[in-house]
Amino acid sequence: MTGSTNDWTTTTLNTAINWARANSLWPMPFGTACCGIEMMATFMAKYDAARFGSEVMKFSPRQSDLLIVSGRISLKMMPVLQRIWEQMPEPKWCISMGACASSGGVFDTYTLIQGVDQFIPVDAYMPGCPPRPEAFLDALMMVQEKAKKGQAKSQEYVTSDEASDPAKSVAFRTPDTHYRHGVDRSTPEHAHHPVTTESSPAAGDLK
Amino acid sequence: MITYNPENHLKVIAQVEARMGERLLGREEKSHYHQFKVKGQDAKDLIRFLREEPSLAFAMFIDLTAVDYLRYPIAQPERFAVVYTLLSPELGVKAQVKAFVPDGDPRLPSITDLFAGANWTEREVWDLYGIEFMGHPDLKRILMPDDYEGHPLRKDYPLKGRGERGNFPVYHASTQRPKGEG
Amino acid sequence: MYSYEQEIVERDENTVHMNVGPSHPSMHGTLRIKMEVKGERIVKTEQEIGFLHTGFEKLGEHRSYNQFITLTDRLNYFSPLSNNIGFALACEELLGITVPRRCQVIRTILAEMSRLADHSLCLGAMTMDLGAFSSILWTFVEREKLYDVFEAVTGTRLTTSYTRVGGLAFDLPADFVKRVTAILDSMENTIDNLRKSFYQNRIFLDRVEGIGCISREMAMSYGITGPMGRASGLDYDLRKFRPYLIYNELKFDVPVYKDGDTLSRYKVRIDEMEQSIKLVRQAMKLLEPGPINFQDQKRTLPDKTSTYGDMESLIHHFKLVMPGEDHGIHPPVTDQYSATEAPNGELGWHIVSDGSSNPYRVRIRGCSFINYPILSRLLDGAMLADLVAILGSFNIIAGELDR
Repeated sequence: MTGSTNDWTTTTLNTAINWARANSLWPMPFGTACCGIEMMATFMAKYDAARFGSEVMKFSPRQSDLLIVSGRISLKMMPVLQRIWEQMPEPKWCISMGACASSGGVFDTYTLIQGVDQFIPVDAYMPGCPPRPEAFLDALMMVQEKAKKGQAKSQEYVTSDEASDPAKSVAFRTPDTHYRHGVDRSTPEHAHHPVTTESSPAAGDLK
Repeated sequence: MITYNPENHLKVIAQVEARMGERLLGREEKSHYHQFKVKGQDAKDLIRFLREEPSLAFAMFIDLTAVDYLRYPIAQPERFAVVYTLLSPELGVKAQVKAFVPDGDPRLPSITDLFAGANWTEREVWDLYGIEFMGHPDLKRILMPDDYEGHPLRKDYPLKGRGERGNFPVYHASTQRPKGEG
Repeated sequence: MYSYEQEIVERDENTVHMNVGPSHPSMHGTLRIKMEVKGERIVKTEQEIGFLHTGFEKLGEHRSYNQFITLTDRLNYFSPLSNNIGFALACEELLGITVPRRCQVIRTILAEMSRLADHSLCLGAMTMDLGAFSSILWTFVEREKLYDVFEAVTGTRLTTSYTRVGGLAFDLPADFVKRVTAILDSMENTIDNLRKSFYQNRIFLDRVEGIGCISREMAMSYGITGPMGRASGLDYDLRKFRPYLIYNELKFDVPVYKDGDTLSRYKVRIDEMEQSIKLVRQAMKLLEPGPINFQDQKRTLPDKTSTYGDMESLIHHFKLVMPGEDHGIHPPVTDQYSATEAPNGELGWHIVSDGSSNPYRVRIRGCSFINYPILSRLLDGAMLADLVAILGSFNIIAGELDR
């Protein structure tokens, strides 16, 4: 995406392509809860996100570039989210909207994922419960900046060793486990992408 | 419009007491309804009576839930209680039936043949408490994933779970693409 | 009259399994419907829910009563104020206290305004699913105006957390009446537009008339309340059944239709929006100065500004907010079921208290959870396109469905 030769035609072409991608990010709205309503409000007449290029709210992952995870993600919904993420063609970006998607929010319970960034790479986080539509547009513009530079979190290359180092890993935190219970789905046979090995439990008391 | 008729409470109480007799463990008066306490095995009988008795006609289903009294300060007859709430459109009163279910054998008859609304609510009680409803057409988990182990709303289940919420594959960037190429 | 019996469509080699997955284009949240379809007719459906299960009820056991109010916003997120008001009323019924008059009037006005917000979103989304995109734009413009008022009153647009046990968090702003009056006229205009655009629209009527009929007996057996129940002839409205707040002083009608089809559910919501506007206008005339909190310092949070200067208020604030054995509201050791008429139906709260500062059990009777199961039955033998129309009229909100 950043261009492998230094020829000015290809770099200019790449800049043009990145500019085009940035200004036509088609969202895949993954609205589950209250943040979904604010996302809907952002796409409506008052805070029109269509003027930023996000015109087509296609609910088809195969035809979109930007996954907007808005709302709390529960145990049952996480495999669905990952399946949708896999189905999106690259280059793809992800916005984690709201406190629940970014970190579990007000709900630290047995059934909610404490932040989707443990499992899928996130480009922009929106704090708020729910974030205002202006915050949504801010995150959209942040992702547009990234796209113009040709960067995406889903594209960052890491070696296997780096991936287990929290400072270098594209996933911001290691998954929140206390001990494994039930079917262990994190091993490579269960995933479509190569994954890191089981990391140490997240910081903090998980009792 | 169906309106609340407090005078009909006495009628309900009298008929329930006459019907249940010794099987009625107790009765409590709440702000706008009465709560009848029975053993789990007698609950269906009482609810069928409330529904089919022409002078009572508790034909409307309101709610079905359960409570785990493991850490309750006042001793209760059993650990679990299934609470049924019904409304009688004719009389204009609500009634609640609290059926106590023991820990060792948490089963009681299902009322899905009386009220269709009991179908999902009983599944939810099974899912979250582990109380089995005998005669339910399709008793399986409804809110938790199908392969989940444990019954979360019991008092001895931790709030933050037992690690299920970290048990998903991690989708980093591809670790197979060499550095430097686009 | 429409038939309430479902057709039986036989399976054969043309039957295809389809899945309307948890992530789907209509705005109704995370629902999954597994279907067997033969051509355009549905043979059988199975609904799967639980994709937004958050553990509200378990969390209720670990949060105090006032803390739980902040969580109730997230249940029915189309109309969060009605959840706040419902839970606060349930706690007050448990404690046996009645809030002062001004608080009741304010709560009534806000409950009716959130009913307007909920119905307008439901109707907009329903018609958008059927193909008419403009109506959701109109209704969202009205909702933005309502959001401005909510923001002026409570501080945020959506997760308001405005009520407290025994009263409200703070009083109304000075220009509240002016703001609300300004939006009621445009709201009436939008309702009129919704009516004019659809009531004689042949396409719309063909898609919703006679589709998805629920009879009164089915509604009672399933426990369907709210606009869905009233569209089926079940004339049960908690505002008339056992009037709470100031509903017994206000004059309003409750629309009840007999047919139980999707068009009736649409009409009921439109009529209810008109009645809500009438209620808001009447209630605003009854707004008088006065206290907004129940005057019992042991159970009601004191006014925040007084805690900065008055020692007693500060101590009582401390004792009510901090966790601990002696602190918090201590209701009597009992249980109580209370319900209010939320925009979706009977929103019930079964609160079991063990005398400590946290509830022992909070059961939320979510209207969507009780209203939703009948969908499978309505879809047996129906056409595939009817799924969207019927689901739109149910107003399923996943927060309330899965809790």
